[in-house]
Amino acid sequence: MDQAIIIEKGIVIVAVFAITMLMAMYATLAERKIAAWLQDRIGPNRAGFGGILQPLADGLKLFSKEEFMPDTPNKFLFLVGPAISMSMALMTSAVIPWGDKLIVGGREVILQATDINAALLYVFAVLSVGVYGIMIGGWASNNKYSLMSAMRAASQMISYEVAMGLSVIALIMMSGTLSLKEIALQQQGMNWNVFYQPLGFIIFLVCSFAETNRTPFDLAECEAELIGGYHTEYSSMRMGFYLFAEYASMFISSAILAVLYFGAYNYPGMEWMAQNVGVNVANGIGIGVLFLKIFFFIFFYMWVRWTIPRFRYDQLMHLGWKILIPLAIVNIIITGVVILLFQ
Amino acid sequence: MGEIIFYFLAAITLGTAFLTVLSRNPIHSAIYLVICFFSIAGHYLLLNAQFLAIVHIIVYSGAIMILMLFTIMLMNLHANLEKYKPTMINLGATVGFCLLGLILISGLMHTKPVVESYYYGGEDFQSINVLGQVLMNDYVVPFEFVSVLLLVAMIGAVLISKKDTVKKDTIKKA
Repeated sequence: MDQAIIIEKGIVIVAVFAITMLMAMYATLAERKIAAWLQDRIGPNRAGFGGILQPLADGLKLFSKEEFMPDTPNKFLFLVGPAISMSMALMTSAVIPWGDKLIVGGREVILQATDINAALLYVFAVLSVGVYGIMIGGWASNNKYSLMSAMRAASQMISYEVAMGLSVIALIMMSGTLSLKEIALQQQGMNWNVFYQPLGFIIFLVCSFAETNRTPFDLAECEAELIGGYHTEYSSMRMGFYLFAEYASMFISSAILAVLYFGAYNYPGMEWMAQNVGVNVANGIGIGVLFLKIFFFIFFYMWVRWTIPRFRYDQLMHLGWKILIPLAIVNIIITGVVILLFQ
Repeated sequence: MGEIIFYFLAAITLGTAFLTVLSRNPIHSAIYLVICFFSIAGHYLLLNAQFLAIVHIIVYSGAIMILMLFTIMLMNLHANLEKYKPTMINLGATVGFCLLGLILISGLMHTKPVVESYYYGGEDFQSINVLGQVLMNDYVVPFEFVSVLLLVAMIGAVLISKKDTVKKDTIKKA
């Protein structure tokens, strides 16, 4: 019995890992294609049919490029930076419920790597640790621009984590649990949290842009001021890891947005499907629905990137501390009052 | 299995703690301290306290140490700029640490029976629900005092950083 669980979880973990890597890979292609579409260009279309092999070609290019090491006294930390970024971006996927359950050979397979009691806090813990990759890499580069970028990234992430945590508190008050699995189960049918927590959702969305270092909050890699940002001194696959980590964390944060606010794998008529057609079919469609929602958010990230220009640094801090945090606190108070009134 | 992991984690905790104190470069010290905090979170996980482990990582590794690294990087400290520390300060630090250790041990001796009562009551004393109920029912006054303390510290920090601008304004008005 124990061995069966280990094998089952092992398969789920490997599958989640592979899917995240694949998604991050193709998110790079999607970004270029969507950018091209928004700017009325064609985009990469040479490698494979319609450019479908472009990410592989990019990866091959990055792997085969020369590894350049700057003159830094901290060689080890310089090497560790991208590794931390990448592993932290991938670790969050462990607690996301990708589907309810599948029945394989009479066994219920739960489509989640681990269902810990404090899954939501785990996500925040991993997010907050992810800054170390940028900070250590930026500092060890021994370059003032990299260091400035690392400082910016750190202060931005710390500031927006506060608002993000506060916006989620309202959701936790409503659902009464920190387990992502239960939060997903509570949103059956069209009972999505976004309808009950619209303000919280908007705050969370803005903060997740800041947490993944995406435009309009990509001050850490602001080319006009900082050359390339924290990865100025990096070359070859190490830089590839930083870029890849950004896409992986974009995929994961889209998944978290979908699970927390957009009903996870739930869709209207899921119960009817489970009763009449079969549990596996209903949950298979559920996984597809979750991925559709994730794709929508990834598209949204890219859409915003090519629509809204970058903020100035003081505007970013102003938005974080003076607008989003008070709004999140107001949201908590409103949620508390409404819960008390309707209990 | 659990014992092997415990000794492994304990070795990491003690090793990195010593390296924190001994390394010359302040950034290396800070990074060793981060690793030390992670291994302590691992100890919490061995005790099956998931919530405590995760909150430990969020607060210590995720917030405090990042701010610490931030300040060290901004101040650009170097090993050769480090001031010579007189013996009296070293002695004072050691005595202070021993006193703190005594307080912690006495605190632990008093908490043990409480945990055991939960343990025999069959309640899941690691869950967030039980923790919240205990905090809000039995320890609500100290809990509120802690939050007031934090608020005071925050207001104090704001005051210190605002001091210069207030002075300039008064000079201008005068």
